[in-house]
This record gives sequence, C-alpha cells and structure tokens, in this order.
Amino acid sequence: MTISAAKIPQPSRRDLIAMALAAGVGADARAQTSGAPVRVGGTLSLTGPLAATGAIHKIVGDVFVQQANKAGGMLGRPIEWVLLDDQSKPDLARTLYERLITVDKVDLIIGPYATANILSAMSVAQRYNKILVHSTFGIPKLATYERHFPGWPIGFTPEDSVSNMAIDGILSTGKSIKTVAIVTSKFPSVNFLAAGAREAFKKRGVNEAAFIEFEFGARDFGPIAARVREANADLLYMGAIGLEGNQLLEAMEKINYTPKNHLYLYPAPGPLSLSPLGKDALSLTIYEDLPPFNTNPMAAEFAKLYREACAKAGMPFVDPETQAGAGYSAWQILTGAVNATKSLDDETLTQHLKKNGAQTIVGKVRFDGPQNYGDDLMRLKQVQDGKWVIVWPREVATPGKTIVVK
Amino acid sequence: MSATLLGQSILSGIFSGSLYALLGLGLTLSWRYLKIINLAHFAFIFLSAYLTYQLAGPGGLSPWLAIFIVVPLFFVLGLAQQAVLDRFKVDEFASIIVTFGMTILAEVFIQWIWSADFVRLETHFLRGSYEVGAFFLPKQEMLMAGAAFGLCAATAAFMRFTWLGKALRANLDNPQIAASFGVPSRKLSLMIAGVAGALAGIGGAFMALLFTLAPAQIYTWFGVVLAAVLLGGLGSAMGVFAAGLLIGVGEAVTMAVTAPAWAPVVPFTMLILILVLWPERL
Repeated sequence: MTISAAKIPQPSRRDLIAMALAAGVGADARAQTSGAPVRVGGTLSLTGPLAATGAIHKIVGDVFVQQANKAGGMLGRPIEWVLLDDQSKPDLARTLYERLITVDKVDLIIGPYATANILSAMSVAQRYNKILVHSTFGIPKLATYERHFPGWPIGFTPEDSVSNMAIDGILSTGKSIKTVAIVTSKFPSVNFLAAGAREAFKKRGVNEAAFIEFEFGARDFGPIAARVREANADLLYMGAIGLEGNQLLEAMEKINYTPKNHLYLYPAPGPLSLSPLGKDALSLTIYEDLPPFNTNPMAAEFAKLYREACAKAGMPFVDPETQAGAGYSAWQILTGAVNATKSLDDETLTQHLKKNGAQTIVGKVRFDGPQNYGDDLMRLKQVQDGKWVIVWPREVATPGKTIVVK
Repeated sequence: MSATLLGQSILSGIFSGSLYALLGLGLTLSWRYLKIINLAHFAFIFLSAYLTYQLAGPGGLSPWLAIFIVVPLFFVLGLAQQAVLDRFKVDEFASIIVTFGMTILAEVFIQWIWSADFVRLETHFLRGSYEVGAFFLPKQEMLMAGAAFGLCAATAAFMRFTWLGKALRANLDNPQIAASFGVPSRKLSLMIAGVAGALAGIGGAFMALLFTLAPAQIYTWFGVVLAAVLLGGLGSAMGVFAAGLLIGVGEAVTMAVTAPAWAPVVPFTMLILILVLWPERL
C-alpha cells in the first residue's frame, strides 16, 4: 500500500504570506498591536510524567506568541496566552478548561498536550461550543467533536497509514524483513498504533516473532530485552513514548544485543539521537529543521528562536521536531483563521477551517476528511551520525540521505 | 521460553530488587526508629541523582569522587530535615503530608535547575557486562547490588551488635527507661536521619549511573519501594533486602513468562497476601 499524501505540499507565495501573517515573520516587523488583548486559554503538562514534552509546547507557544505579536497579533490586538498547568492529569485538564471558559472568560482556547488531556479539553469545548485546535492527538477516531482541528496531520486512520508508510520505507531498500518483534507501551495512543502495526505487518507477510506489552512507566526493561534478544527479529518495532526506547536499548546493550533494525513510535528525540545506541533508529515525524520544512523565512526564524529559548530554559536537546512542529502548527491554524476571517466567532472559524484548511510549518493541513482529519503527513526519519534525518518518502528525504536497513 | 531467557530475567530481577532494597533501606530505618514516613526520601534520592549527574557529567568529576561529595551532603540534609520535623513535633501521620510537600518542592526545584527534559549521565565508568556462559552480568548493576547487600548487611550488624544499635532499639521500646540508662534519644534520632539521608545520597548516585533522569520520575518509585519496606518488616535491613529481591525477581519472571504489563501487579499482590496470611509480620 502506498500513502496518497506522501508528498509534502510546497507552499505557494500566497500560502507563505498567509503563514507569515499567522506567525509574524515576513510581515511588517513594525506592525503594532493595540487594544485589549485576545486572550487564548490553554493548559499544558508543565509538571508530572509528561512534563518533558509539555516544556517543548510551552516554548513553542511562547515563541509563537512573541512572533505573532510583533506582526499584529490577532485582529491587530496582542495575543495573551493564559496558560495553566494540568500536571499531566486529564481530570485536572478538564477542570482547568472549564475555568478558562467560565471564570477567566478567554476569547479562544487551544489544546493541551497528549491524547488523554486533549480528549478532556475537547469534552469541555464541546459543552461550550468552542473551537479547539490542538497539537498531538493520537487516536483520531475518538475525536468526534465537529469543532476540533488537529495541528498534527496524521490522517484519520494512522494505525493503518502510518504503519504502512513505515513498512514501505523499510521495504523500499530491497532488504528482506521477514520477522518483527513488536514491543509496546500500554499508553493508549501508542498501543493503538502498535495494534495497527500488527495487522499491517501481517498483511505484508512479515511474521510476528514476539508481541510484548508493558505498562507506561515501566522501570525494568531487562526481561523485555531478554525476550527481544530471544526473538532476534529482523525489525524491532518499539511502541515507545518518551524514554522507553532508550531504556530498552540500554537493557539490550547490557546483554550484548543490538537489534538489526529498530523503529520507535514517539521517542524522546534528544536522548535517542544523542545515545550511541540510537544509531540507525527509525522514527516518525511531521517536522524537522531540515529541508523542505525549513526553506521559508518563517520556519527558519522559528527554529532559531526555538533553539535559543530551549538553551535559555536549560533543555539539553534544542532541535525542533515533531512535537514542536505540531504545537506551532496548532497556533498557526488558530491565528491564521482568526486573521483571515477577522472574527473570534467559533462557528465562523470552524467553517473557514473546514473549507480552507491551513498552511502551516508542517505543510498544508486539510480538515475536509472524516472527523476533520485530512492527509497523513507523517514521514520516516532515522538517526544518522547522531542526528535525525528524513529518509522516507524519497521526495521529502533530507538531501543526500537514504534509509539504512540491514 | 528458554532457560537462558529465564535465567537472564532472574538476574535482571536480582539487580532490580537490590535497587529497591537500596532505595528502601533509609526509608525503613526512619519509619521504624524515627516514626517518620519520609516520602521526601525519594526526593533526596533524585536530588542526589541530579547532583551526581551535574558533578560527574558537565562537572567532569569521576563518579567515585562525586559520591564522596554527595553522600556527606545528604547526611547533613537528612539531619537538617529531622531537626525541622522535631522542631515542629511532626508525628507519624503528619509526616506523610509534610514530607510529600517537601517532595513536590524538590521536584519543582529540580525542574527549575535542570528543566523538565531528560538528562543522562554519559560515562564510561563500569560500562559493559561480564559474560558468564550464556548470561550477562552488567558491571554497574553488579556494583549497585553489591553496595545494596553490603549496606543492608552492615546496617543489620550495626543494629544487632553495636552499643548504638542496641541503644536505638531500647529507645524504640521505652524512651524513658533508655534515657535513664544514658541513651541520648535526640542525638540518636539525628544520627539515624543523617544515615537515612546518606543512604538516599548513595541510592541517588546509582540512579544517575543507571537511569536517564526526569523530575517526575520521583513518584514512579513510591509504590514498589514502599512495598519492599513493608514486606521486609519495618526497620529490618536484611528484611528489606530480601523483600526487594522477592519483588524484583517476581516482577522479572512475570515479565519473562507472561505479558510484562502484569509486572506492576506483583509487589502489591505480595503485599496483600502477606497482610492477609501473616498480618503480624507488619
């Protein structure tokens, strides 16, 4: 199976102007904002188990608001981001969105981080008929609210399309992958994709040598490493979120085992690329600070400001990638819709986005498919020489780089 | 399932269990002898881990040298914490709330200094494994397990055979009578708190060696370590070591034989069984 949305849509000049207006780059740097701020409320996991990724979204939001306000904000008014800490707890996120809408009376809301928290925010948004643009929501079929808009374009059936795209990339090398060991966290959005991968591998004639599920937050990966070693599959498919990929690799190193080929769903990008054990690790992405994503001034400035902000915050890994791209994309979608319609009305914004989609840092995002999902813009990336590079599909691969499969 | 897989998993469980014991040793001492359920022990462990990372990573010191700096520091920190708890007469129940609050403050402090992002101490110190037949013995884990056993055994011997150990036990049984025999209750309390702090320092140093760190991970250790402390019997150094091994091996074998997702059930199932079948143990 091939992916219909394999090509990254290149923005036209008109699109670039729209993106610039949404983000503030390339527009008149002297543009002034005036009047009462447009208050955009949201929560992020600033503490708790998802805080490492929450910190990325916080920096992205800060950078975006700074850029946008230099270029006229929303409707010529400054953007004020009312940000609360949901402590990585979906129940708390629900309460805080209720507060943002009913007590703080924000003009607009923007989504939190992680599937469960976004789902919580979505239920509140639905109750008040508020438009909700969000970043990395992993189980599209659960997003049934008609005014939700994903900034992370993974298509409506990523369990199918993402898995097949990865398999296409691996098989494109002509190397034979006969067996796969699937190890997956029970973290819902990861487990969901791993379940899809099982089916996809089966349909492609790849035998499942092992299927191992573990709880999110597992500490000891020794026995799992021993099972992966015993399975000794051609490909290790790791349904990892955060550090789990590194933990498994470290456990495998201790029993002198190196997987032949290895793919990680949502790894902590820094630790995996910086570790010598991450050599040739494959993963998925919608955005990297690489061509073709960074070939316009807005993206270049975002990457620069993002790196500076990460360094200032003391973050060890400063390269923007999927999470940063999805977060920025969400802000662009919301701001772009407001400025295009000159309205803060939720219904007006909803109709505009459904009809026009949005041009974002990750490409042209459409919302005209099932449940406001459009194309799957996921790509395959790989750690080569200690850095992530895009390796599949070929037309968006980092120049000079091809997928390495043993 | 092959014998190699089972054997390697059991080894992995022994190392995990040793770590549970190492992390639980200070906790069981303060719970038993100070009547303090010190949840901030976990915060101390992570503060020590981050400090070890800072000294041995960006600071460029040898991990050995880092340990020699960190451990005395945490002895003093443990002592200071006990002085504060004494000053405000915090009892056993209140100590849960107070020390949990301290843990949250420590998490915020760690995040403020080192960010919420992951940090990893990249070191060549004892990297790699010994190969014995079909099995692999990781060097860092072996050192940690040796330290855990040594510290538990030394603590048990100290409590059983030294005058101070006997004084501590006497003080626990009847502080008034112990005081009449010249047992300095307050000094002993501070000493135990300092030792518990130092043990947290050692545990943290190993944590930095073995794991990638993130502030929120503090809480992931609460359940399993508290289970080891309770299973081992409060105040029993060798008890917590045995319980740690039991839990660690139980989890590892579960992961090898069934779905690893069942592993977290193991420590609490053991705890419930002990409570039901052998309540006087606790």
